[in-house]
Amino acid sequence: MSLRSPIGRALGRGSAKSGVSHWWVQRLTAVALVPLTVWFAFAVVHLPTSDHEAVRAWVASGINPVLLLLLIGALTWHSALGVQVVLEDYVHAKGLKVVSLLASTFLHLLLAAAGLYAVLRIAFTTGPF
Amino acid sequence: MAEFRLPPNSRIDRDGKVHEAPAGATNVRAFKVYRYDPDGGGNPRVDTYKVDMDDCGPMVLDALIKIKNEVDPSLSFRRSCREGICGSCAMNIDGANTLACTMSCADVKADVKIHPLPHMPVVKDLVTDLTQFYAQYASVKPWLQSRTPAQPDRERLQSPEDQEKIDRPSACILCACCSTSCPSYWWNGDRYLGPAALLAAYRWIVDSRDDATGERLDALQDPFRLYRCHTIMNCTEACPKDLNPAKAIAEVKKMMVEREHL
Repeated sequence: MSLRSPIGRALGRGSAKSGVSHWWVQRLTAVALVPLTVWFAFAVVHLPTSDHEAVRAWVASGINPVLLLLLIGALTWHSALGVQVVLEDYVHAKGLKVVSLLASTFLHLLLAAAGLYAVLRIAFTTGPF
Repeated sequence: MAEFRLPPNSRIDRDGKVHEAPAGATNVRAFKVYRYDPDGGGNPRVDTYKVDMDDCGPMVLDALIKIKNEVDPSLSFRRSCREGICGSCAMNIDGANTLACTMSCADVKADVKIHPLPHMPVVKDLVTDLTQFYAQYASVKPWLQSRTPAQPDRERLQSPEDQEKIDRPSACILCACCSTSCPSYWWNGDRYLGPAALLAAYRWIVDSRDDATGERLDALQDPFRLYRCHTIMNCTEACPKDLNPAKAIAEVKKMMVEREHL
């Protein structure tokens, strides 16, 4: 039990003076993901064949690797921000909160790095440039 | 983790006492009312009161007052104005937060289920502890902060268009229907200000006579105080005064992003 005054409790440690950029970037990435996911879904459906070589050739051709890098970047960034908010909402046990926020951040970084690396590797190893 | 289940001493016994209607009553309705007495020990329970509607006013509050006067004086609830302007009788009726005095019994199908405002500490029966709610309201400094000295011979003038901006938000009666219907407020009510306090903050942010707009935005710019709002919109749905706290919060977020990025 705390005898702290109600207003003292409500004011807590004051405003963090942040949160705008988090909100803004979440919306920016959401807007970016609309054309990127539509393009991606459309392109995958219209692949001539769905074997490994056809996909490699598609990933490496023209503007595709650039758009794929943007898609992976926007998707993982958007997801990282969203999952962070979900964890902040629901996980209240202090230790578990820190651990889950770290795990989410690292997992998203891992996914982003792996995805970006895969696209670059295919793009730079599949000719002709 | 979030607690999805009530602690054992809060689980509700659904089969409480049943108070039958007086003999000869033909137009009987059952009111299932949440009862909890912290001094009595035991878990909360739901009591059933069968009321003769031919001998009762039309509103849910009329029935509660009749029950308290004639059947069970131990039933506790807050009420005052009985016309939707004081906000005292806010409670959860038929699954939605509203004012008992403006909620017609006829608008409820089947039994009238009455519970206290959700997720607040219960003082007794339908009376909840709103200390934190009021403190959060006070924390947004809901008063005029002007650097302009008041003229001795006249009011602080405001154009009709500027008055229009605060006209609806000023009508908030602080009944807490909105904040206690908000899941985000349930899970993080200690740090999230909730729709009522944010509507009050908005009301002063858009007041043309107020000179503390920047400080007010500064105080709200916080991942929890403001940004726990996920646009669930239960607040607007619940408001018995037909106000729109969700829109006010969205406007504040818009001002924040315009201040920083646009």
